[in-house]
Amino acid sequence: MRKEIVDGEVRLSGCLGERYIGCGMKKGVLHVEGTPGNALACYLDGGEVFVDGNTQDAVADTMNAGLLAVRGSAGDALAYGMRGGRVYILGDVGYRAGVHMKAYEDERSVLVVGGRTGSFLGEYLAGGLIIVLGLGCEGGDITGYFCGNGMYAGTIYLRTGKAPVNLSDKLILRHVDEAEKAAVLRPVVEDFASTFSLDAKLCLSGDFIAIEADKSKTYSQLYAAV
Amino acid sequence: MKKEGEVRISSGCAICGIFCKDGRRITGDAIKRSISVMHNRSNGLGGGFAAYGIYPQYKDFFALHIFYDSLSSREETERFLDRRFDIINLSKIPIRQTPRISDAPLVWRYFVTPLPHMLADSQLDEDEYTSRAMIRINNSIQGAYVVSCGKDMGVFKAVGYPEDVADFYRIDEYEGYSWTAHGRYPTNTPGWWAGSHPFSLLDLTVVHNGEISSYDANRRAVEMYGYSCNLLTDTEVITYILDYLTRKQGLGLKECAEVMAAPFWSTIAAKDEEERRRLSYLRKMFSAFLVTGPFSIIVGYSGGMMALNDRLKLRSLVAAQKGDTVYFSSEEAAIRVIEPAPDRVWKPRGGEAVIVSLERRGI
Repeated sequence: MRKEIVDGEVRLSGCLGERYIGCGMKKGVLHVEGTPGNALACYLDGGEVFVDGNTQDAVADTMNAGLLAVRGSAGDALAYGMRGGRVYILGDVGYRAGVHMKAYEDERSVLVVGGRTGSFLGEYLAGGLIIVLGLGCEGGDITGYFCGNGMYAGTIYLRTGKAPVNLSDKLILRHVDEAEKAAVLRPVVEDFASTFSLDAKLCLSGDFIAIEADKSKTYSQLYAAV
Repeated sequence: MKKEGEVRISSGCAICGIFCKDGRRITGDAIKRSISVMHNRSNGLGGGFAAYGIYPQYKDFFALHIFYDSLSSREETERFLDRRFDIINLSKIPIRQTPRISDAPLVWRYFVTPLPHMLADSQLDEDEYTSRAMIRINNSIQGAYVVSCGKDMGVFKAVGYPEDVADFYRIDEYEGYSWTAHGRYPTNTPGWWAGSHPFSLLDLTVVHNGEISSYDANRRAVEMYGYSCNLLTDTEVITYILDYLTRKQGLGLKECAEVMAAPFWSTIAAKDEEERRRLSYLRKMFSAFLVTGPFSIIVGYSGGMMALNDRLKLRSLVAAQKGDTVYFSSEEAAIRVIEPAPDRVWKPRGGEAVIVSLERRGI
């Protein structure tokens, strides 16, 4: 792994499994090339981390603020317990992405996945926004099994017209109308698209569905009361 | 020393595999470089390798790799073997001494074939005859452990980091079309030589990252069919489950995966009727072989390799392909170090077996 500083920005190249890169970073810009190891950008607290390559497991764990943008894929347990900031993954992500993401006052965690995700997406979601675009997987399954199980706040948006397989009956699924798309999705997706030089129009094209907790179900009240 | 099952150590593991579908034989150097990238996933308490296609000159004989705690256990084992097998060749396995590997047992290798009249009298096929003999050695000869007993393959394992184990056994001097590796970080039990991975019976080997919650239920089930779990560690039972399901029940490996990492009933309910019936049958018929808890495994066997995750995918597993070569690993970095530009990299889903086989035999 090589480290150089160009115009005040840190550039790491030739990464091969080194853990904890960008962990707890508060400010600045970090460029990572290669295949960084587990726990990349965990506890990220500000600044921007750009990765040119695939990432492994436990990326952006408990991230608090800032931006992580990966021009590649991510492994399992991405953005676990994320509390704020933005995580953009251009490709696919593994199992258990966005588990127990949160929002608090002005802090809202945002996770956007360009490809598809593994099972247990947004499990126990407590707040924030997850958007899965499924680019290149149109018409196919983009989330696997048990999407949103146990979630009690926050919203999962999927760019598909199809309900995820065996979606829990404790969740409400609705089709996203143009007004909501323009107000909620467009600003985030445009930012995602510009980060990776994608066509925002394409990323926003087609049907979107939203998944949220059914507040009328008792267990939701139980969780919400905590 | 206290062995597996007698103490509990709280603590991960690393696994990887390389398979040349064209039968091209490569040295152990690549697998060593791959597993060593994941050094931090192990803690020096076990490392090992399985290699296929390494004994072409003896490919019709069972290759026995055996650990002995003492000279007397070796003598007793050799007397036992002499009565049942024709020993074509025997020798110490060549090692390279390194200060990082210590307390080595005696490590011997035999090429054997069942004595024809004994085999005929036993009314067994040679695989069953040999596996029973090996189980008996492990079970009844104090201080002797059969590490592997398949044809044209072998297991090389020890207590130490995998890269040091590779040097110790000089695996760079062997050439095989299929390699698996393991770096151990024992979670429940101490590391000891025979308790390192891969675990093996006949030509089947298993390397495993995880821990099996259903171990005791699985152990009781396989022990009903003549297996004996005397290495007292969870991975061993996976080896016997696979041997039982494939060799004795005639299941294919995909079906084995659907038994061991069976889909949830809710998942099965969403399938079409034929698939629902098939998956339900497998779950009901072989319920004692459902393996629960987190695991990723790589299974080696003559002519093929399978990688499998538990149904919840609670351990990491990455697959990649470049031309005729297929790679599996706990971490993508361990593949990139030996193949920087794969044609395809993917992450198999939980319970989804990836199976690769030789397409052309040998060059």
